[in-house]
Amino acid sequence: MNWVAANLDLIVELTLTHARLSLLPILIGFVIAVPLGAFAWRFRWARGLTLTVVGLLYTIPSLALFVLLPPIIGISFLSELNVTIALSIYAVALMTRSATEALESVDPDVRGAAAAMGYSGWGRFWAVDLPLAGPVLLAGLRVVSVSTVSLVTVGVLVGSRNLGYLFLNGLQRGIVAEIATGIVMTVVIAVVFDLLLALAGRLVMPWTRGADGGRTRRAARRIALTEGPA
Amino acid sequence: MIEFRGVGKRFADGTDAVIDFSLVMPSHQVTVLVGSSGSGKTTILRMINRMVDATEGEVEIDGENVATLEPVQLRRRIGYVMQSAGLLPHRRVLDNITTVPRLNGMGRATADELGLSLMDTVGLDRSLARRYPHQLSGGQQQRVGVARGLAVDPNILLMDEPFGAVDPIVRADLQAELMRLQRDIGKTVVFVTHDIDEAFLLGDQVVILATGGVIAQKGTPAEILANPASDFVADFIGADRGRRSLRIVEQAGRRIVVDGDGRAAGVLTDDSAAR
Ligand SMILES: Nc1ncnc2c1ncn2[C@@H]1O[C@H](COP(=O)(O)OP(=O)(O)OP(=O)(O)O)[C@@H](O)[C@H]1O
Ligand SMILES: [Mg+2]
Repeated sequence: MNWVAANLDLIVELTLTHARLSLLPILIGFVIAVPLGAFAWRFRWARGLTLTVVGLLYTIPSLALFVLLPPIIGISFLSELNVTIALSIYAVALMTRSATEALESVDPDVRGAAAAMGYSGWGRFWAVDLPLAGPVLLAGLRVVSVSTVSLVTVGVLVGSRNLGYLFLNGLQRGIVAEIATGIVMTVVIAVVFDLLLALAGRLVMPWTRGADGGRTRRAARRIALTEGPA
Repeated sequence: MIEFRGVGKRFADGTDAVIDFSLVMPSHQVTVLVGSSGSGKTTILRMINRMVDATEGEVEIDGENVATLEPVQLRRRIGYVMQSAGLLPHRRVLDNITTVPRLNGMGRATADELGLSLMDTVGLDRSLARRYPHQLSGGQQQRVGVARGLAVDPNILLMDEPFGAVDPIVRADLQAELMRLQRDIGKTVVFVTHDIDEAFLLGDQVVILATGGVIAQKGTPAEILANPASDFVADFIGADRGRRSLRIVEQAGRRIVVDGDGRAAGVLTDDSAAR
């Protein structure tokens, strides 16, 4: 505990940086994965290939990605951009399949009814398909969020300053409190992000509150769990 | 008037769902398509608003071939009510009802006004307007479905087993409501069901379909009951068994009507006495 008291500034600084480093890849991943997932959902012929390729991205070891990216896209090995891009790639890899499955989870009867009312293709996508895919999309995003927050720690190996630094430093110097602080604060960030996402979901999708919403959310969680991070 | 002339539908997988179907569905009347599962009722219905395109023959609305009409525009002027209502779960009741008028560019205030009056029309309490569909009972959801079908004041209302998913008491209620409504508004209604009782209750014209959309018999309920065209029809309407085969039994000086199972169905009264 002495160590914590003596290093409060450092802990706060690293926690904030860690949160900031996590945020961008989550957002970028979502923004890229949803159109990609929609593409795979809409065009059957593209589906297998798209989902296989993004699935393979996730199997690249993170350290390898940190080392490979800089020469490929011409950025500095130690730059923050390196970490952001690498983690965005993982986010896309995780989120794309969720997006496809989310759109697939929309009740075909409801889609049929929408078509019968005279929704045209794009109109229906925005007004019906996408909002109704929302609960499963959100479940996927929550998985991505947790995964990204924990992956950021690996960034210390390429010089990124975040909570991972506490693991590394604590390990080298044999300070258990430092290691524990790193773990606890990482979990705190993950939990806070998750709560914020859940809250945002309730605000944006008011119809999921209440009896039937519970069922939708449980179904969404089930889908999310079966494809959690490896 | 809706007219089918030699209409066929072969799906991409080679299924012949409807073969050489010809029928006139008169304006301002209720035509009921009734038949067992897979007989092609839904397919026939959907060829009217081009949810399904005919692969053979023509479908005409008031002399206009629907194949020449733009599907989205066509659908926005035809009411469609489907089984289990098909409501949009993320829209409140009022927004569900006014979806199509809004798509057609009606302002929100006007549309809401219209939606509320339609809720009155179909017997829904206005206090339900701000609920989501999952917060309604099955019967209430069906009423929302009907209100939505009426929202653009369409000349044509297509109803695909609209009351199939509710219990018998609620169904009777909804049927009565529909008949009352139809007396007032006189739409051209095409109603699909596989319940022959419902067909006889609601239909001005009843069309009994066999597999492939083959018309086994068509006519008024009385015509069909009086003279079933085939064993298939007789069997389908249950003419020779149960509730439809009624006979008269004298008891205590009055004439009692008894059904095929021997249950008393009612008392026969003289025409003069009944009036
Ligand atoms: N999209 C499709 N592709 C291939 N075959 C289809 C398709 N839709 C329907 N069919 C087939 O066409 C036939 C008629 O189907 P349809 O849905 O019109 O029957 P229905 O009379 O409405 O039956 P139900 O009472 O069960 O609703 C069935 O054999 C069905 O399997
Ligand atoms: Mg059907």
